[in-house]
Amino acid sequence: MSKPAPKPTATDIAAQVRSGERTAVEVLEEHLAVVADRESEIHAFNVVIADEARERASAIDAQIASGEDPGPLAGVPVALKDNMCTTGIPTTCSSKILDGWKPPYNGTAVDKLYEAGAVVVGKTNLDEFAMGSSTENSAFGPTLNPLDTSCVPGGSSGGSAAAVAAGFAALSFGSDTGGSIRQPAALTGTVGLKPSYGTVSRYGLIAFASSLDQIGPFANTVADAAAGFEAVAGHDPRDSTSIPEQLRPVTPHLSDGVDGMRIGVITELMGDGELKGFEPEVIAQTRAAADALAAAGAKVSEVSVPSVVYGLTAYYLIAPSEASSNLARYDGVRYGNRVTGVNTAAMNTATRTAGFGAEVKRRIMLGTYALSAGYYDAFYGKAQRVRTLIIDDFARAYEDFDVLLSPTSPCVAFPFGAKSDPMTMYLNDTCTIPSNLSGQPAISVPFGTGDRGLPVGVQILAPMLGEVELFKVAAVLEGANQ
Amino acid sequence: MVDDAAHELDRDEVAKVAGLAMLELTDEELDTFTPQLGAILAHAQDMENLDLADVAPTHHPYPLVNVMRPDVVAEDAGGPELRDAVLAAAPDVEDNRFKVPPALGGD
Repeated sequence: MSKPAPKPTATDIAAQVRSGERTAVEVLEEHLAVVADRESEIHAFNVVIADEARERASAIDAQIASGEDPGPLAGVPVALKDNMCTTGIPTTCSSKILDGWKPPYNGTAVDKLYEAGAVVVGKTNLDEFAMGSSTENSAFGPTLNPLDTSCVPGGSSGGSAAAVAAGFAALSFGSDTGGSIRQPAALTGTVGLKPSYGTVSRYGLIAFASSLDQIGPFANTVADAAAGFEAVAGHDPRDSTSIPEQLRPVTPHLSDGVDGMRIGVITELMGDGELKGFEPEVIAQTRAAADALAAAGAKVSEVSVPSVVYGLTAYYLIAPSEASSNLARYDGVRYGNRVTGVNTAAMNTATRTAGFGAEVKRRIMLGTYALSAGYYDAFYGKAQRVRTLIIDDFARAYEDFDVLLSPTSPCVAFPFGAKSDPMTMYLNDTCTIPSNLSGQPAISVPFGTGDRGLPVGVQILAPMLGEVELFKVAAVLEGANQ
Repeated sequence: MVDDAAHELDRDEVAKVAGLAMLELTDEELDTFTPQLGAILAHAQDMENLDLADVAPTHHPYPLVNVMRPDVVAEDAGGPELRDAVLAAAPDVEDNRFKVPPALGGD
């Protein structure tokens, strides 16, 4: 593993650009030079929009020159997962079915990033339609892990994770349906946040599983992740699931510490119970993180959240069911690519058959089956009841604890092709799925290294809208990891 | 219809489900997908250990209610430019409409 050079942080860049110490153009060119140097090897991006980015950076410098404040992310180079709609810029979901499609509108999170002064440098690679945990399912080829190019960067937001880890962008955004931000963050040594469901608008995020999807940031530091979250969070009338509550800012609490906080290590996710396959180094680092928090004044003990062991099962019925419905819209009629046929139905089928990759087809079929008459109660209906059990178990745990702790991924970054069997790949999501089912926030923070010197991610979980508590703990872990 | 998760998925059922999802599978794909989907569904057997009779289903992390707004045209609803941009991204159009092959016939 090559030791990465320290990268400029998003918060430093924004402070320097706002004070006139550096120009947005300088910052951008520095990042584009890193892209020119390594992108052909890493393949983090589906498209780099250097020209648009240069125009945007110049506009920000012009704002500064005329005394205006471009916003809290002034001049920060940002990469966006290629399932976030961007006006006039190809948005593919790394699928052949959308290859070449240019959305006529920006997603709300994208608009908010522009309003905050960010400079979008490109759209990042993902597992097709965000279905996967390694970015190997992209129709345009895999992304390599910048820390060890023989390994995957995780997924599905592997391109966004790699872009930040490689220094292509100071900040990036992904979407997390079952761990698609947190797991790649863990595998690339970056910080990744899945915010509370409903805090970041899903308007313009191409839907995979609507009751689980949430946009969040990747960053090299906890403070950058906080700044990224604050830039995109907030109520949006265009998303009917957007929560109206005023959100608490997290940045003012980054140095609050954890003195007196009650932190529970989730027994079921520590590798010695029913759930297997955890690498010993990952468990050891998670315990070391718990010890570091105790040393910082937190009250740390173990807590049982029994139903999390059923999370994977429930998720792999609920998410494909929602996906089978959401992806019905790709029928060759209104957008994307078409394969023609003798009649409309033949055209629909030919288009979908040619346009979707194997994993997407697998999940569409799984969902179609789980929702079909006669099987609905046995599969989808039961899975939704399990979802309730998980929410109830978390609620009980949070009676005694402020936040919970677990590994993010059961393993460090793994070699390409190592998990070609779908069920084996799905097990990567064991620790991250419960938070999507409950809608609650969770963050992955790098903490030490595991097998082959690759980074380990520790996950912090909090009750609904508990981002402030998450970030307090994350900041302490980051300090202890120096 | 069988109403339990213990039912084993066979090749014909996978082909039928693919048809419902408007997908066509080759023989090789049926050979691959049938055991893979079977293995994933077998995992669902886990839930048989749970007593879920008195547990309400969760459809959504938040209890959802209808979100209403006044029925007025939004300022940013988009005019002819947006329409043109949408149509420009469509596979086939005619007279400002999406065009598809004949709905009937051809089978």
